[in-house]
Amino acid sequence: MINDPYFKRSLWIRGVIVGVVIVFLVRLFVLQIIDRSSTAAKADNNALVRQTVYPSRGLMYDRNGVLLVYNQPVYEVMIVPKEINTRFDTLGFCQTLGITQQDFEQRLVALKDKRNRGYSKYTPQVFISQLSKEDISILNEKLYLFSGVSIRKRTLRDYTYTQAAHILGGVGEVNQRDLDRDAYYQIGDYSGRDGLERQYETLLRGEKGVEVLMRDSKGVLQGSYHHGELDCSATAGADLTLTLDNRLQRYAEMLLGDMTGSVVAIEPSTGEVLAMASTPGWNPKTLVGRQRGTNYQNLLNDEKKPLMNRAVQAQYSPGSTFKTIQALVALQMKGIRTTTQYPCSGPKSTPIKCTHNHGSPVSLEQAIEQSCNPYFWCTYRDLLQKDDYGADNEAFKRNYDTWRQYVLRFGLGSKFEDSDIPDQRPGSIPSRAFYDKVYGKKGWKAITIRSLSIGQGEILLTPLQLANQVATIANSGYYITPHLLRHSTSDTAAIQWPRYETQIDTAYFALVKTGMARVMTNGTGRWYNVPELQMCGKTGTVQNNKGKDHAIFIGFAPKDNPQIAIAVAVENVGFGATWACPIATKMMKAYLTNDWSVLQIQDNE
Amino acid sequence: MNKRENIFSAIDWVTILLFVLLALFGWLNIYGACYDFEQSGIFSFSHRAGKQFVWLMTALLLGGSLLLIDERVWDVLGYWLYGAMIVLLIITPFVTRDIKGSYSWLTFGPISLQPAEFAKCLTAIVLAKYMGRYDYTIRSWRDLVVPMALVLLPMVIIMVLQKETGSALIFLAFLLPMFRQGMSGKIFIIGAAIILIGILVFRLEILPDQWIDKALAPHQRQRIEVLLGMRDDPHGVGYNVNQSIIAIGSGGFAGKGYLRGTQTKLKFVPEQSTDFIFCTIGEEWGFLGSAAVLLLYMVFLLRLVMIAERQRDTFSRVYAYSVVGVFLMHLTINVGMVLGLLPVIGIPLPLFSYGGSSLWGFTILLFILLRMDAARINKLR
Repeated sequence: MINDPYFKRSLWIRGVIVGVVIVFLVRLFVLQIIDRSSTAAKADNNALVRQTVYPSRGLMYDRNGVLLVYNQPVYEVMIVPKEINTRFDTLGFCQTLGITQQDFEQRLVALKDKRNRGYSKYTPQVFISQLSKEDISILNEKLYLFSGVSIRKRTLRDYTYTQAAHILGGVGEVNQRDLDRDAYYQIGDYSGRDGLERQYETLLRGEKGVEVLMRDSKGVLQGSYHHGELDCSATAGADLTLTLDNRLQRYAEMLLGDMTGSVVAIEPSTGEVLAMASTPGWNPKTLVGRQRGTNYQNLLNDEKKPLMNRAVQAQYSPGSTFKTIQALVALQMKGIRTTTQYPCSGPKSTPIKCTHNHGSPVSLEQAIEQSCNPYFWCTYRDLLQKDDYGADNEAFKRNYDTWRQYVLRFGLGSKFEDSDIPDQRPGSIPSRAFYDKVYGKKGWKAITIRSLSIGQGEILLTPLQLANQVATIANSGYYITPHLLRHSTSDTAAIQWPRYETQIDTAYFALVKTGMARVMTNGTGRWYNVPELQMCGKTGTVQNNKGKDHAIFIGFAPKDNPQIAIAVAVENVGFGATWACPIATKMMKAYLTNDWSVLQIQDNE
Repeated sequence: MNKRENIFSAIDWVTILLFVLLALFGWLNIYGACYDFEQSGIFSFSHRAGKQFVWLMTALLLGGSLLLIDERVWDVLGYWLYGAMIVLLIITPFVTRDIKGSYSWLTFGPISLQPAEFAKCLTAIVLAKYMGRYDYTIRSWRDLVVPMALVLLPMVIIMVLQKETGSALIFLAFLLPMFRQGMSGKIFIIGAAIILIGILVFRLEILPDQWIDKALAPHQRQRIEVLLGMRDDPHGVGYNVNQSIIAIGSGGFAGKGYLRGTQTKLKFVPEQSTDFIFCTIGEEWGFLGSAAVLLLYMVFLLRLVMIAERQRDTFSRVYAYSVVGVFLMHLTINVGMVLGLLPVIGIPLPLFSYGGSSLWGFTILLFILLRMDAARINKLR
């Protein structure tokens, strides 16, 4: 082809070929190198589904390693929202599950909430959670009828015993507040709603895992991505070993029976709560799964207020049990001496009469033994007035302040802030400001607040505070913050519970202890004493405006090496000696002799 | 004629090597594109890769046979074969079923063939034959119109009767040999101007809607509108291209690795083993792999130009440039579409896309050329 006039055009053609390829290469460079991150994210959004792997919730054991709370399998109904269309047999589905169509619609709407971050109409979403094997069985058989519906297994709480419901608490679905507050939760998750379940939620819940799955363009899951390289397995929650002794706990609830009241038992040397019972209560197994809602509502509406944990939320005047504190503070403040005696005119005494029959004059030990009201009125009066009233009652009020400070150091009148015991109420030891407000700055004197001398009037204490107070006496002057957790399997939980000193001379405690021992041998506790266990105690009978007196008892044993301190409060039954004291002595006896035969009788029934 | 024995020594093995490389890599990616976690073997006939393997082997056999057939056969039989093909193209829509709105497939038992894929080859032959006449001069009116008619006839049949716009567009490739043979450059300039004005008119929405609807099918209009940025519809018409770009872009520099592309494995990109096969390459082999494929193609096309230029007669050279044109047209339209530079036009990427007809068609096209090229040594300059 010599003299080809159009030879140049072959070069043009070559140029076009190279040009096209260069244009494509530039485009590829832009797409794959420059814009890569945005397109890669889009590709991941397309294809990857991050599915939560739920950890198993931590278990709870009692102090002896007895399992109290564990997990049982439950089932969740999952639906793929896209499949819920006109062909879906909504009516049949609702009937199978026993829900109304209204409920069905509401749940669908709730799923689509913007805050439900895991929502996709192509992937299974939790529709109803916490169904038992029985609940699910019918649906399981009919599952093939409902395309887009699947069943997922999860776990729910179960309980070895029916007791300690208030302390253990329950697990329920998270609400909107939880979702807003803590990014850990997603709609349909559950968390501890009350009691220790809530208190130790972050320990118990563990760490969720993630499984990265692939889905195709139709939303059908296609297995794990990169053979699970990006997956992150779930970490099970920490197991808790509680300070409770399940036998003592059960015995306490058994002894309280139908009465309204509470019992708190503490190991004085450690501050460990051995038992904390409140009646009426409920069987924790009934607040699990789907019945939780209705049963909880029933408890909420019950006029006996079973949901109230009376051990930490009921606030009573301590009555005569407070005389132990009065004695100790008065001795420390030199209001009285160890040898001080006061006369008692029995029922004719003023301004407070004595309700017991004993000789006169009485010493401190005798006064405690006989719960002599006049003795403690005189004690309180002399303590507050020991520097006279001074200008503007200032000297008197200074003594009141000092007295109050000592009282507060027994852990009374405020919550145990560093404790893990949930739902505490503070009680009240009235401040100077309180009386200034009520009576005017110069309007109140010792006589005005005479009721305090015998634990009546404005003083309010919770049973937990009563128990802590008697544990402090048992310890001769200090307490360890009362608590419920011994240890957990989480390494962060090597807990050092703080110790608080009353700053009252140990010798004075010996005196009060002697008095309390004599309560059990000669005084109001003598009918239920167990002499060989060296029990110490103090009864209280508290007047109130709701009916019969509240019966209160505090005690500990054995006297020289206290193993258990206990407070019992029973509402509207009468004498502390008759109603509260026997509960405490029976529990102390069982605990100290390790004889639980009485429980077996109950178990066999 | 004693030199006949030397023909096989003159066969261009470089081109054959490039052909085999491209086809093998294509086959590997068809397996990748259809790989669906059930992991049937690459040779399983139930799998597209298995079928393609059969097509590839038969294509090589076919290519080998074509090397044995005297190239003058095509010169002699050209018009007859062309005529037969035109008849077949006309008959096809009437004897076939509607496959996705297209009437271009002939079914023989388990195998479907698309006659249009073979029409390119025969059109190239008659074009070469006509333009190879001794007294041919493209600057004459008649010698411009007749080749045009030879090209337009199958093109119109395929577009109108078989409703295969993409396959029909490929016939524009035959402008390339005409250009090389001296067709006035003004025609190209005028053509380009018409296209530009068309785009402008379309973009500015000057024409009344009824006119456009008459000229274009609704899906064609939509595709053009999406390409011109007049529509933003990631899940509608633009879905394919959008997903295709995501697939390629997410491959990054080195790709996600063979059989690890999520976009393509999980069927976000439709038609990935056929028209969108380049996505799979982009996603799994990244910039490195897709650039390598393009460069390989460039070398292949330049090699074909080289072969075309060394032909000693017009017949062979026109045919060779037809081959260059067809391959270049396919590459440009297909990759341009996958990269979102051109509208969505369903044509295969030669040697890569799944499909026996297309592979066979390109094989025939190429190996007839290789035979001609090998035989050039017997021709006088």
